[in-house]
Amino acid sequence: MIIRLIIGYFLLYFGALFLLLGAFGLIRLPDLYTRMQAATKSTTLGAFSSVLGVGILHPGWFIKCVVVALFILLTAPIGSSALMRAAYKTGVPFDERTVVDKAKEFFGEEKKEEAK
Amino acid sequence: MEKVGKLNKYVFTVVVMFISWVMLTSTFRPDELITGFIVSLLVALGSFEYLTEHGLGHFSPKRIAYLMLYGPYYLWQILLANFDVAYRVISPSMPIKPGFVAIKTNLKTDSGKLALANSITMTPGTLTIDAKDDVLLIHWIYVKDKTLEGATKEIGGPFEKYLKEIFG
Repeated sequence: MIIRLIIGYFLLYFGALFLLLGAFGLIRLPDLYTRMQAATKSTTLGAFSSVLGVGILHPGWFIKCVVVALFILLTAPIGSSALMRAAYKTGVPFDERTVVDKAKEFFGEEKKEEAK
Repeated sequence: MEKVGKLNKYVFTVVVMFISWVMLTSTFRPDELITGFIVSLLVALGSFEYLTEHGLGHFSPKRIAYLMLYGPYYLWQILLANFDVAYRVISPSMPIKPGFVAIKTNLKTDSGKLALANSITMTPGTLTIDAKDDVLLIHWIYVKDKTLEGATKEIGGPFEKYLKEIFG
């Protein structure tokens, strides 16, 4: 019983900690692309861990929480990919520390294909 | 993996929908089960063509075994990725060297590429932006290798061997 509470609250606060770190990332990192990286990773683990923690604290909800956590795990990366792609295509500027840009040729070829 | 018929796809979609229903309601009361079964049959009717490529082939024991191995590995990668982000965000000098790189994949199926893209997004420091044929465009927060071959080995390598078995 007490072990269940410890694990549940640990997961809950562990998730909250990473959500906080994600928020730090949003403030400190220089451009949209690096911010998206921090936001995607920390919110996925943060939400996953918190939901699982709730499931362990309320055993009746456990299976539901597992399903919700799995859906978060599967869909979060797709959403961030779509946002990044949209950002690059609309020309959001990136930090001057960026060392290599293969995206130009990647999307450049695509535009030619569309023109045909 | 070979293409399969419509009935196979339909049955697979119904089974997946029904399992999701049972897990979400988390009960075995007969009225719930019957409602869930009818709803699964109806919903699958409209969606089976878009949701699956290989139908019941997904339930082969070998794939499930690899999926069981892959699950914990994926979770471990997510954990590592978060500690990596935490380190970059907190350290005063902020060690970042971002860049857009391209990698090549050997996976043939769409679901395999989707799984690879998701896995890459969740590994430390990388985020998939787009995929076209066998090339994936990736944003890397600390670029170690600018070339296509080097980046492929560095980013996609560890996942390919699992996903090759699961998705072909």
